[in-house]
Amino acid sequence: MSEPNSAETRSEQTPAANGLLDHMYVFFDDVRHRYGFYALVLIVLVVMPLLTGQYITAIMTNALLYVVLCLGLNIVVGYAGLLDLGYAAFFAVGAYTVGILTQEFGMNFWLTIPCAVVTASIAGVVIGGPTLRLRSDYLAIVTLGFGEIVRFSARNLEITGGASGLAAIPSPSLFGWHIDSTLDFYYIFVLLAVVACIASHRLHNSRLGRAWLYVRHDEDAAEVMGINRVRVKLAAYVIGSIFGAMGGAFFAVNLGAISPESFSFEQSVLVLLAVVLGGMGRIPGVILGAFIVVLMPEFLRELGSLRLLIFAVLLLLIMLFRPTGIWPDRRS
Amino acid sequence: MSWLEVFFTQLSNGLVLGSFYALVALGYTMIFGVIKLLNFAHGDVYMIGAFCGFGALSLVSGILGDTWLGLFVAMLMSMVAVGFLGVIIQKIAYQPMLAAPRLSILITALAVSLVLQNSALALTSGEYTAFQTGLGYGGVDFGAVFIAYQSMVLVGTAAFLMIALEFFVKRTMYGRAMRAVSVDKDMCRLMGINVSRVIAITFLIGSGLAAAAGTMAGIYYGSIWYFMGFLVGLKAFTAAVIGGIGSITGAMLGGLILGMLEAFGTQIPFIGSEWKDVFSFSILILMLVFKPTGLLGKSEVERI
Amino acid sequence: MLLQVDGVTLRFAGNTVLDSVDFAVGEGVITSLIGPNGAGKTSLFNSVTGFYRPQQGKIEFDGNRLTKQKPHRVTQLGIARTFQNVRLFREMSVLENVMSGMHCRTHCGALSAVLRTPRQQKEERWIHEASNECLEFVGIDHFRDRLATNLPYGYQRRVEIARALATQPKLLLLDEPAAGLNSGEKDELINLIRRIRDERGTSVLLIEHDMGLVMQVSESIHVLDHGRMIANGTAEEVQNNPRVVEAYLGQEEEELEL
Repeated sequence: MSEPNSAETRSEQTPAANGLLDHMYVFFDDVRHRYGFYALVLIVLVVMPLLTGQYITAIMTNALLYVVLCLGLNIVVGYAGLLDLGYAAFFAVGAYTVGILTQEFGMNFWLTIPCAVVTASIAGVVIGGPTLRLRSDYLAIVTLGFGEIVRFSARNLEITGGASGLAAIPSPSLFGWHIDSTLDFYYIFVLLAVVACIASHRLHNSRLGRAWLYVRHDEDAAEVMGINRVRVKLAAYVIGSIFGAMGGAFFAVNLGAISPESFSFEQSVLVLLAVVLGGMGRIPGVILGAFIVVLMPEFLRELGSLRLLIFAVLLLLIMLFRPTGIWPDRRS
Repeated sequence: MSWLEVFFTQLSNGLVLGSFYALVALGYTMIFGVIKLLNFAHGDVYMIGAFCGFGALSLVSGILGDTWLGLFVAMLMSMVAVGFLGVIIQKIAYQPMLAAPRLSILITALAVSLVLQNSALALTSGEYTAFQTGLGYGGVDFGAVFIAYQSMVLVGTAAFLMIALEFFVKRTMYGRAMRAVSVDKDMCRLMGINVSRVIAITFLIGSGLAAAAGTMAGIYYGSIWYFMGFLVGLKAFTAAVIGGIGSITGAMLGGLILGMLEAFGTQIPFIGSEWKDVFSFSILILMLVFKPTGLLGKSEVERI
Repeated sequence: MLLQVDGVTLRFAGNTVLDSVDFAVGEGVITSLIGPNGAGKTSLFNSVTGFYRPQQGKIEFDGNRLTKQKPHRVTQLGIARTFQNVRLFREMSVLENVMSGMHCRTHCGALSAVLRTPRQQKEERWIHEASNECLEFVGIDHFRDRLATNLPYGYQRRVEIARALATQPKLLLLDEPAAGLNSGEKDELINLIRRIRDERGTSVLLIEHDMGLVMQVSESIHVLDHGRMIANGTAEEVQNNPRVVEAYLGQEEEELEL
C-alpha cells in the first residue's frame, strides 16, 4: 500500500525546485558557513531594535518567547512523538511559580528560576507519569484534560490570584542593571532563545535524543534494545516542561502581570500549530513556525476572528498535503 | 429541600445530562471501533448539530411552529445534514491519513476540530445564540420536585434513538458489518464487505446522533455557542472510556453514569458546580490509568 | 547452564501456549529450538525476553531471575534478540539503528548532553566506535549511512544482528534468521553464527525452520510441539527420535488432507 506522505515520493515530484535547496544544504554543510550565518543572524537580532520602533521590538520579543516554547514542545511532540495538547500547563507553572514567589514572598527573581525548574519537573512527572503508558490517542486527550485542570486551578485558587491573576510582579535586576524596559527584555529573550536553540540541538544529537527517536519509531523494538521507554518518555516531558517553564518565568516578569487566560487550550494549540507548521522535529522549522504564528496575525489584523480560522485551515492543509511542515526537506 | 427531593431532582438532571453524553459517546465509540481513531472533532460535530438544529428550526417554524413538531423536524434535518458532514470529513480528512503515522491522523483530527470551532466562532463572533422555542415550562410536580415535560421528552427521544441504534447494530446487515469491521477490518475486505461504505455509514450515524444531542441541548439550555462542543466532547469521551471504548452498550452506560456522577457531584460540598469539570477530568484520568478497558470493554493482548 | 527455563506455562485466553516447558542453554553453545508451526517457539522467546508473563514457572539467566522483568531489563542483563519480521527503525540510518544497542551500555543523560561534558564526548566517541565495529563484524560497514529500510532484505537482517550485538549480549536469540535468504546467504549466516560464538564469546539460541541449516550449525537441538518440549539432544539424536518425526509428519499429513 503506498504512503502518500513519504518524503521520497514528494521530492521526486518536484526535482527542479530541489536543485536550489540542495545547493543551500550543501552550502551549509560547511561548518564555517554555518557559523557565519549564525553570527549574521545574531548581529541582525542585536541591531534590529535600534532601527525599528518599540512596537516591533515587542512583537519580536513575543516571537522569541514562542521560539522557546515551541522548542520545548518540539522535544515532546517532534522528538519523542508524544502528542501533548496541554503544553500551556508547563508555561503556566513557570509563570505562576515566579509570580507567587516574587510577589507574595519577595524572593529575588534569579533565585526563583531554579524553583521554577523544580516545579516544572514535578509537573512533568505528575502529568507524564500516569499518561505515558497510554496509547497516543488517549495521551492527547489526557494531556488536554491536565491542561484544563491547571488553568482551572489557576482561576479558582486564592494563591494564584483567582480569575484576575497576579499583578505587580517586580522586575528583576542583574548586577545593578535594572531590567524593565521593552529593549531590556528583548535582549533577555534573545539570549533565552539562543540558549534554547543550543540546548535543543545538543539534545537532539545525543544519546537521549536518539533514544527519543527510537522510542518514537518503534517502542517495542526500542525496549528490546534495552531502552527503558517509560524513563525516556518521562525525560521528554520533564525537559519539555522546563523549556516551557523558563518561557513562563520570563514572560511573567516581562508583562509584570499574568492571568489564567494566557494559559488556555488556545495557547497550547498555537504552540502546537507553530511546531507542526514549520516542521516538526527540526529546529529551523520550529523557529520558522514560531515566527509565522506570531507575525501573521499582525498582517491579518483586519480579519479579527477569522485569524484563528485561517490558522486552523492552514493546519489541516499542512497535515493533508505537507505533513513535514513548511521547512523544506533534504532529499536523502 | 429534603434529601429525597434533592435526590429526585438530581436524578432527573442526571438522566438528561447522561442522555446527551451517551448520544455523543456512541459516536466516539463507533468511530473508534471501525477506524481505531479517537475522533477529536466529534465534540464539535455536536456543536454544529446544535447550530444546524437552530437554523432548521428557523426554516420550518413558519410552517410547523416552534413546539414539538417543528423541533422534531428540525432535529431530523440537523441529523441528516450533520451526518453527511461527518461522512465528508471522513472522506477528505481521515481517509487519506489512515496509512500515515499515528501522530499525523491525531493532529489532523485536531485540525478538523479547530476548523469547525473557528468557523462557528467567525459566524457568531463568539456570542451566545439564543435557542428559543415555543415550549412552555410545564411539567409535573412531585411534592417539591418539579420535572419538566421538556426533560421527559428529551430523555424519551434519546432513549428511542439508542434503542433504534441497538436494533440497527444487532439486526441489520450494515449494523453487523460495522461490528465485523471493528473486529477485523482486513478479514472483512477479504470476505467482500465494502469496508469504505461501512465506515461512511458509521460516521453518518455517529455524527447524526451527536447532532441530535446538540439540538436537544440547544432546546434544554436555551442557548448555543461555538465552544459548547469542547467540554461536552471531552466528557462524552470520558463516558465512552468508562463504558469501555468500542462497546456500544458501554457508551450508553458510561454516558448515564457520568451524567449521574456529575449531577450528584454538584451536591458534594467542596466540589459544588465550580469544580465539576475538574471532577470529570479526574475521573477520566483515573479510569485510563487504572482501568483503561472500562466496564464493558475487552482487554487487548498484544502479540509481538 | 547460562539460561535455565523451569516448568514455564503460558496461557492466552484459554489456550495453553506453553505447557510446563523445561529448557536449558549452555554457555558457549549454539542451540536451536525447532518445532512445527504454532508450537510456541516465538512465545518462548517472548517469555524469556519479558514480553509475555508466564503464569507458572521460573526463568534464570546468568544467576539472575528473569520472570517478571521488563524487556529492557532483560536486555541490560545480557540477552539480545532479533525478530521474525525485521523491525529496523524507519527513517534512520544503518549506523543509527546499530547505535540503539549501545544505549543500555552507556549512561550520559540530558544535562551532560546539553553541557557537552568531556565525559559525554568520550562516551559518544565510544558509541560510534563500538557500533562501527559491530557493522564491520557483520560485514555491512559500507552501508553505514544508508537508510536502513532501503537496504535489500538480506542486508536488513544483518543490520538487525549487528544491532543486537551492539548490546554486548552474553546470549543472542535469533528468531528465524534464515527466512527469506537464498542458499549463498544461508551459508554466510552459518559462518556468522559460528564467528559470533567463537570470536565474541556470545552463546546463540536460534529458532529455525530450515532443517539443513539447523543440523549444520547446532550443537544442541530442542524440539517443541504444541507447547511441550518433546526432545532434545544432538542433531543425530533428534533426527532419529520417533516423537520428533511424528510431530513433523503429523503436520504434513494435516496439510495433505487439506
